[in-house]
Amino acid sequence: MAKVLVFIDNPGQALKKASLELLTIARSLGEPAVAFNGELHDDVAATLAAYGVQTLYRPSAADLDDYLVGPKASYLAAAVQTAEATVVLTENSTEAKETAARLGIKLGAGVITDVVAVDPDGTAHKSVLAGSYLTTARATTPVAVLTVKSNSVTPEPAVTGTAPATVTVAVPETATAASARITARSDKAASGRPDLAEARIVVAGGRGVDGNFGPVEDLADALGAAIGASRAATDAGWIGHDAQIGQTGKTVSPQLYISAGISGAIQQKSGMQTAKVIVAVNKDAESPVFEIADFGIVGDLFQVLPQATEEIKKRRG
Amino acid sequence: MEETLKIIVLVKHVPDAQFDRHLTGEGNTTDRSESILSELDEYALEAALQLIEARGGEAAGNKVIALSMGPAGAVNAVKKSLQIGASEGVHLSDDALAGSDAAATSLALAAAIRHLGADIPADLILTGMASTDGETSLVPAQLAERLDLPQVTFAASLELDGAKLTARRDGDLHADTIEATLPALVSVTDQINDPRYPNFKGIMAAKKKTITTLTLADIGVDPAHVGRSGSWTAVDSAEARPARTAGTIITDEGDAGIKLVDFLAAQKLL
Ligand SMILES: Cc1cc2nc3c(=O)[nH]c(=O)nc-3n(C[C@H](O)[C@H](O)[C@H](O)COP(=O)(O)OP(=O)(O)OC[C@H]3O[C@@H](n4cnc5c(N)ncnc54)[C@H](O)[C@@H]3O)c2cc1C
Ligand SMILES: Nc1ncnc2c1ncn2[C@@H]1O[C@H](COP(=O)(O)O)[C@@H](O)[C@H]1O
Repeated sequence: MAKVLVFIDNPGQALKKASLELLTIARSLGEPAVAFNGELHDDVAATLAAYGVQTLYRPSAADLDDYLVGPKASYLAAAVQTAEATVVLTENSTEAKETAARLGIKLGAGVITDVVAVDPDGTAHKSVLAGSYLTTARATTPVAVLTVKSNSVTPEPAVTGTAPATVTVAVPETATAASARITARSDKAASGRPDLAEARIVVAGGRGVDGNFGPVEDLADALGAAIGASRAATDAGWIGHDAQIGQTGKTVSPQLYISAGISGAIQQKSGMQTAKVIVAVNKDAESPVFEIADFGIVGDLFQVLPQATEEIKKRRG
Repeated sequence: MEETLKIIVLVKHVPDAQFDRHLTGEGNTTDRSESILSELDEYALEAALQLIEARGGEAAGNKVIALSMGPAGAVNAVKKSLQIGASEGVHLSDDALAGSDAAATSLALAAAIRHLGADIPADLILTGMASTDGETSLVPAQLAERLDLPQVTFAASLELDGAKLTARRDGDLHADTIEATLPALVSVTDQINDPRYPNFKGIMAAKKKTITTLTLADIGVDPAHVGRSGSWTAVDSAEARPARTAGTIITDEGDAGIKLVDFLAAQKLL
C-alpha cells in the first residue's frame, strides 16, 4: 500500500480542520503517516491516532521556525525518505506551498498546488485561470507532492484507531546554511470569527464602506460568517491585509459570498468567483460585480445591510 | 561586498486577465496570444529600480537585468521592462521549453541566471509573488532551492544596508521580519510599492538598450529536462467552467434587506 506523508507544521493545541481533511484524504490514498514540526500536545496525538496515523515523524532540530521555508523542506525531504512515502500532502497556505516547492526539487517530485480533490490513483483536481477551468493533473515522478485547499473533503476519523510510534528524523546539518532568518515575529490577534479560507459564508466590504466596517461585521456575525475585503479597503487600512480577497489576497469558494461596496474588478473577482452563490450590494447599477451576482441589489449598503441583519435576527427569534 | 548592485528581475509574459483566457492543445497549456508583462512582476522591477537609484543608479555602475523565459512574444515583457527602466534585457527562448511546469521553468531560469552570473555575479534575484497565469508561487522558492540562495519571499517591504537585507512578510497568523545576506532571492508582493509607468523618455531610451536572446544550448540545458516531456507534472484534462451569468438584480425600494433575507432563505443559506 502507498505510504502517504501528511506535513503538519506546528499542529498547536488542537488540529485544524484543514489538517483533519488531509488525514482523511491520506487514508483514501494509502497508509497515512504524519511529519510534524513544533510541539505535539496530547490532544493532537490522540486525534492523529483516531485518524489512523501509523507513524509520527518529528525533526531532530527545534529551531526550524527561526528560518524561512528552506530548513523545513530539508526536514521534510528526510522524513519522506525515512517513511518511504510516495505521496506528500500539505495544506495550501503560502508557507506550505513554498515548502512543497523546495521539497519537490530536493526529491525530484512533481508539485501540484491548489488541489481540491484527489482520486485514489493520485489524480489531482484543481481549478486554474481564476476558476475559469477545471483541470486534472498528476505528478509523473515516483513521489507526488500535493498542496490541498481547505474544505475539500469532510473530515472523518478512521474506523479503527491506531497507536502511532514516534520517530525522530535527523535534519541535515547544512539545512540552515543558506537560509533567511526570521528575526522578529508578531502574532495576529484571533478575530473569533470563522477562518476566511474555510468559512461557509463570507461577507466582504470594499471602498464603499468608507472606513466603517460595522454593517459588514454585524451581518457577518448574524450569519456566522467570516469577513473579507477588497484591496481598496485593506490598502486604506480599514481592515488587515489578511482579510483581502483576490488575486493578491485569498481565494475563497464559500457557499455564499456577500459583496458590499465592491465594484468587482478582475483582481477581486479572481478570488471569489467560484463561490456557490454570490450576492452583491452596490450603489452603482453599472458595477461589474453585478455581471456575476446571483442576487444583486442596487442600493446603499448602509441601508441594506443593517435591514438584512435585523431581519435575520427577527426570523431567528 | 562591492558598492554596486547587480539585480536580475524575473519578468513573465502572461495572458491578459482582462480578456477571456484559454487552455489549448494536447498539453492543455496556456494560450499566450493576448499577453502582457505580468502585472505582479512590475512590483519586482520597481523594487529593483528603487534599490539601484538609492545607490546612484546606472551611472554609479549599478544594473538591473530583466530576464524572461517564454516564446517569441515574451520579448515584449522584456521590452516593457526596459521602457520602465531596466538596464538590459535577456530573453530565454527555445521551442523545447513549451509546456514547462514550475520545476522545468525553475531549472531553465536557474541555468540562465548561472549563465548570466558568469559575467555579472548578481547580488539579488527579484521576482513577483506569483505569475498571474500559473498562480502557483512555486518558481521563486524552487529557484532559491536550485541556486542555494537565501529565500526571502512575499516581501511586503525591503531594505538593504550593505549586504544585509531586511524584509517584512505579512502572514495569516503572524507578521515576520526576515533577514538575509546577499546574494539572495527575493519575491515581492503588491504591498511593497507603486510601480511606475514607462514615460516618453523611457520608451525612447529603451530603443538603445540591449536584449540578449538565449537558447537552451547557450545555457547548457538538455532539452529533455524541460518542456512538457521534461516536466514532473502533466495536465491530463481541462474543462472550461461555464462563465457566471448575472442573476436577479433589484433596485432598493426600502425593503431590499428583507428581500435579501428572502433570497437567502429560498437558497437554504440561513
Ligand atoms: C496587481 C494588482 C493586484 C490586485 N489585487 C487585488 C486583490 O487581490 N483584491 C482586490 O479586491 N483588488 C485587487 N486589486 C485592486 C483592484 O483592481 C480594484 O482596484 C479594487 O478591487 C477596488 O476595490 P473596491 O471595489 O473596494 O473599490 P472601488 O472600485 O472604488 O469600488 C467601490 C464600490 O463601492 C460602491 N459604493 C460606494 N458607496 C457605496 C454605498 N454606500 N453602498 C453601496 N455601494 C457603494 C461604488 O459604487 C463602487 O462600485 C489589485 C490591483 C492590482 C493592480
Ligand atoms: N517564464 C518565466 N519567465 C520569467 N520569470 C518567471 C517565469 N515564470 C515565473 N517567473 C517568475 O516567478 C514568479 C512566480 O511565478 P509562479 O511560480 O509561476 O507563480 C513570477 O512573478 C516571475 O517573477
